[in-house]
Amino acid sequence: MNLTLADLKVGETAIIDSFDVEQLPMKLVEMGCLPGNEVGLLQLAPNKDPLYLNISGSHLAIRRETATRIFIRKKGE
Amino acid sequence: MSKNINVALIGNPNTGKSSVFNHLTGLNQKTGNYPGITVEKRQGICRLPRGVKARILDLPGTYSLNASSLDENVVVELLLNKKDKDFPDVAVVVSDVENLKRNLLLFTQIKDLNIPTILVINMSDRMRRKGISIDTRKMEQLFHTKVALVSARKNEGIDVVKEHIAAYKTLSTQSCLNINQIDQDYFESLARTFSNQSLYKLWLVITQDVNFAKVERKKMEAENADHMRTPSFLKRLQQKETIKRYQFINSVLKECYVKDSSKATDLRGKLDRVLTHKVWGFVIFFVVLLSIFQALYDWSSVPMDFIDASFVQLSDWAKTSIPSWMATNLIAEGIIPGLGGIVIFVPQIAMLFLFISILEETGYMSRVVFIMDRVMRRFGLSGKSVIPLISGTACAIPAIMATRNIENWKERLVTILVTPFTTCSARLPVYLILISLIIPDERILGANLQGLVLMIFYLLGFGMALLAAFVLHKILPQNQTSYFVVEMPNYRIPLLKNVILTIVEKTKSFVLEAGKVILAISILLWVLASNGPGETFKNAPQEVAKSVSVTDATFDQQLSAYKLEHSYLGIVGKGIEPAIRPLGYDWKIGIAIVSSFAAREVFVGTLATIYNVGEDKEETIKERMAAETYADGSPVFTLASGLSLMVFYAFAMQCMSTLAIVRKETNSWRWPAIQLFTMTLIAYVCALVTFQYFSF
Repeated sequence: MNLTLADLKVGETAIIDSFDVEQLPMKLVEMGCLPGNEVGLLQLAPNKDPLYLNISGSHLAIRRETATRIFIRKKGE
Repeated sequence: MSKNINVALIGNPNTGKSSVFNHLTGLNQKTGNYPGITVEKRQGICRLPRGVKARILDLPGTYSLNASSLDENVVVELLLNKKDKDFPDVAVVVSDVENLKRNLLLFTQIKDLNIPTILVINMSDRMRRKGISIDTRKMEQLFHTKVALVSARKNEGIDVVKEHIAAYKTLSTQSCLNINQIDQDYFESLARTFSNQSLYKLWLVITQDVNFAKVERKKMEAENADHMRTPSFLKRLQQKETIKRYQFINSVLKECYVKDSSKATDLRGKLDRVLTHKVWGFVIFFVVLLSIFQALYDWSSVPMDFIDASFVQLSDWAKTSIPSWMATNLIAEGIIPGLGGIVIFVPQIAMLFLFISILEETGYMSRVVFIMDRVMRRFGLSGKSVIPLISGTACAIPAIMATRNIENWKERLVTILVTPFTTCSARLPVYLILISLIIPDERILGANLQGLVLMIFYLLGFGMALLAAFVLHKILPQNQTSYFVVEMPNYRIPLLKNVILTIVEKTKSFVLEAGKVILAISILLWVLASNGPGETFKNAPQEVAKSVSVTDATFDQQLSAYKLEHSYLGIVGKGIEPAIRPLGYDWKIGIAIVSSFAAREVFVGTLATIYNVGEDKEETIKERMAAETYADGSPVFTLASGLSLMVFYAFAMQCMSTLAIVRKETNSWRWPAIQLFTMTLIAYVCALVTFQYFSF
């Protein structure tokens, strides 16, 4: 099953698994969105969009559309 | 004379870089929590130990040297251009102790340009609360440079930074990353083609759309097209570079940085749960806005009445005390009332900037961006458009400049085009005087009715901005996918010094800029109102004397009315009267509207000038307006005409400075022309409907 960041529930954390760098803004990668890093969902705006994340210590918000392009795996898997 | 040391202050947004700048230079500078607030290039002189001086350049906040916005591009452009007179002898990278890892990415990039680079770790006062400890000595060894722990809030550690700057020549320029590690084949072949050049700089030039580099880039394309490769190949290498940099950073931090999470407090999380809540988030945002507008009205009436009365007295004094050869009438009837028309709004403008700067400094603005993004997107805007729209309540000019960090061009263009609909402080004078004339000073459910009407007009401005954005969104073609990455900074108590500097600086520039225009227009108006063509104006006394109804008591008043009507100004006003009569305005208001196309705030000053011409009675502008009647004795300013006038000012594009800045930001006269025409048309139609509706 291919989980993406968009599948996370508020309060959950996971590990970033993979993504196609061409579909992401470079800025996101530079802020720590890299395979192997931990990511947590802190808050959701109304309609579950955008997402307020803690990616490897960086607190930032991205849109759902971007989140669906980032694949994750549960911790320990 | 020895040469000053050139220092570039660089850092991620929200690291308190501007506060460090304030401490180093003592110059005024705005700092904020919203990414990209430092858009202007700011410089200052810093006195170092042993009589040396440094010229400090505060560069826009940037996350990395891979620029994704106009602001970030400024930084890259400077650092790649050794011939630039601002090219730094030494770079000072400011980082935030809580986001150190991410901040260090930029540090390693700057260091790899082989510029001496000092690392400043700011907000050291928060270390204990967050359970962080750093071995700076060890860090200095691993990064081959000097490190300074600083607390801009408590003014600690600034002297250490100064010492390091003074000794910049002793710093190592060793790179952090061996660029060959990213892709050996690619970079070795690059090195063969361009010998004697820094590979990292070449790499930045290849991957960047840096303006100055275009020439160089063409040369490169011609010499070896192979190195340009496809964008996707380059982007993959960029990602690899980022991974390598983080590996290096992690290896350094492991040896000198300890964080004990159990000691950390989670204030951010608690506040976020409320402020970004699905329901409470919006309720709080609405209450914050409501409070600001109520305060704006309630707190400013006392100083405003005082200023109003003072200028009447000043004008009176000028009439009797200034010798007549000094153009007494021009001073007393043109210049002083004109200036009074602007000074009177200083309390309100200062207060507006106070609130906006507090919202930015605390970090609350980013939460508003977060909760509003989805809503704004429906109108073709971005959550980031909220900042320009709210800043627009102060002035459209900085607001339009604040759109620079919206990455998507279409979202940015739409924001630029609709921002002038928001109620800027120049409209405030018009609203305030009209509201106090036509709306009773009563309370409804505890709220001031006048304040409520004012808020409705603010909402009307926002509403029209959103409507216009929606239409534009449908008309304009989509040109690229929209990325949205917003940093959510820590909550912070605003630094009083920063807030005060912001208010003083912004208010001063508003008064000076607007003051110039208003003064010029006041003088022009006075001249036009005091002179007229041909015999009718010259023979005014005889003409008035011929009138049947005239008596000795009313002669003076009728004479001045007659003169104004037959002056050049009166002729202009009369000329446009047929066009504005359906909106409920007489020709005097017409004159005020025409002169307002230079700048809205001229309105009150113009009316002051017009009504004051030839008047000897001391009255405040408001009383004079209330007493203004048509020939049949009915008042000029009624509920219908007053609301219609306010609606016209709400929507019309009456600001030359805004048009100029839109031209600059969009690089075309097309967009300001469209704004001027469309907004004024909307204003005319809406004012027409308003007047006709309230007249019946």
